[in-house]
Amino acid sequence: MSDEFKAVKLTDRVWWVGAIDWNIRDFHGYTTKRGSTYNAYLILADKITLVDTVKAPFMDEMMARIASVIDPAKIDYVISNHSELDHSGSLPKVFAAVKPEKVFASAAGAKTLGEIFHAGPAITPVKDGETLSLGNLTLQFLETRMLHWPDSMFAYLVEEKLLFSQDAFGMHLATSERFADEIDPSILRYEAATYYANILLPYSPLVSKLVDRVEKLGLAFAMIAPDHGPIWRKDVATIIDRYVRWAARRPSKKAVVCYATMWRSTEMMARAIAEGLAASGVSVQFMGMDVHHRSDVAYELLDAAAFIVGSSTLNNNMLPQMADVMSYAKGLRPAHLIGAAFGSYGWSGESVRQLQDILSEMKVELVTDGIRAKHVPDASMLQTCYSLGKLTAEKMQEKMRF
Amino acid sequence: MEKYVCGICGYVYDPAVGDPDNGVAAGTPFAKLPDGWVCPLCGAGKEEFSPE
Repeated sequence: MSDEFKAVKLTDRVWWVGAIDWNIRDFHGYTTKRGSTYNAYLILADKITLVDTVKAPFMDEMMARIASVIDPAKIDYVISNHSELDHSGSLPKVFAAVKPEKVFASAAGAKTLGEIFHAGPAITPVKDGETLSLGNLTLQFLETRMLHWPDSMFAYLVEEKLLFSQDAFGMHLATSERFADEIDPSILRYEAATYYANILLPYSPLVSKLVDRVEKLGLAFAMIAPDHGPIWRKDVATIIDRYVRWAARRPSKKAVVCYATMWRSTEMMARAIAEGLAASGVSVQFMGMDVHHRSDVAYELLDAAAFIVGSSTLNNNMLPQMADVMSYAKGLRPAHLIGAAFGSYGWSGESVRQLQDILSEMKVELVTDGIRAKHVPDASMLQTCYSLGKLTAEKMQEKMRF
Repeated sequence: MEKYVCGICGYVYDPAVGDPDNGVAAGTPFAKLPDGWVCPLCGAGKEEFSPE
């Protein structure tokens, strides 16, 4: 086993033994511009415990980091807080290599792991609120269903006040630093928000409930150790506050104009709408889908108040780039948006109606009926688009009293 | 009227409240929910629900 990979100490009894994926750029359709990490943690209690594993190709890196602290064969317990393959992928091989006494997961996790690995390791299900004695230390489990899978749970190391939060409070960010307080705060804010928008946004009501529940339980956190990105140490309160705000999905004075165009006609309309919004003091994110990625649109929607979408009509349909982002945005269930649809066409012009139907399914409140321009918009059509921008800004104002 | 809880995400369907966001009026018992109604939180089908 190679020995250049070392564990990193969190406390005297807890070590990071994860893996760094510097080069990943596509995480099931979410663009990860700064790579990611898969975090696993080793608890050196009487019962030596491994919390989560890593994506299958990174198992050797994790095992080497474990071996820098202890002989991996000494691991007694393995905890699976989240069954998704970036955290469970190594589980069967770890099980075979380490032969732990027990593997623990939530009841839903035990079921999911069975459905993933079939003849995989036997899993001992744990209940919400249950504690597990590690001899001199204690783990307490908290189910966090649908944050962001049904199996998701937190494990809290009582004596160290350390929360293993699986994907919650995480981000896709590959760094050589292991602690958030060693990293540029603006990068942390951006990557944590992008992660929230792309992974947790649909389950925001559950995030709010969870934060309330944790407060009621009176749990204090000296550290939060997520399954991706850096560990929160000095800035635990900052990331929790951000989650509270993101979960509330409070819009800001921002509009997202998102479009796809064939011969620049729809783009001319988009520009006029953006100018109308900006002239009214609204901050505009102008996103042509030939150059922007759906996960960047998701980030912008996290605190947007308006979502204005446009597409040319191609063969009686919206352009595929718009079908892509609309399907993605709908799934993420952004809330409290107003919006409208626009687009140019040659003879049939179905795209605007199609976009508008998706906006309605997303419960986006329509500012006005969609605007369609035949072939190339003339000056009067561009004025109509500019007015749509102004009208949207007015409605934002009314709704939010900026 | 009996409340039903989603076995996937823990959402509770309360007939007294209904699910007005999805066109289900207050006072609709669980058994009378339309075909194709799904959990408004996680999208699981009616078969995932059980009495609270």
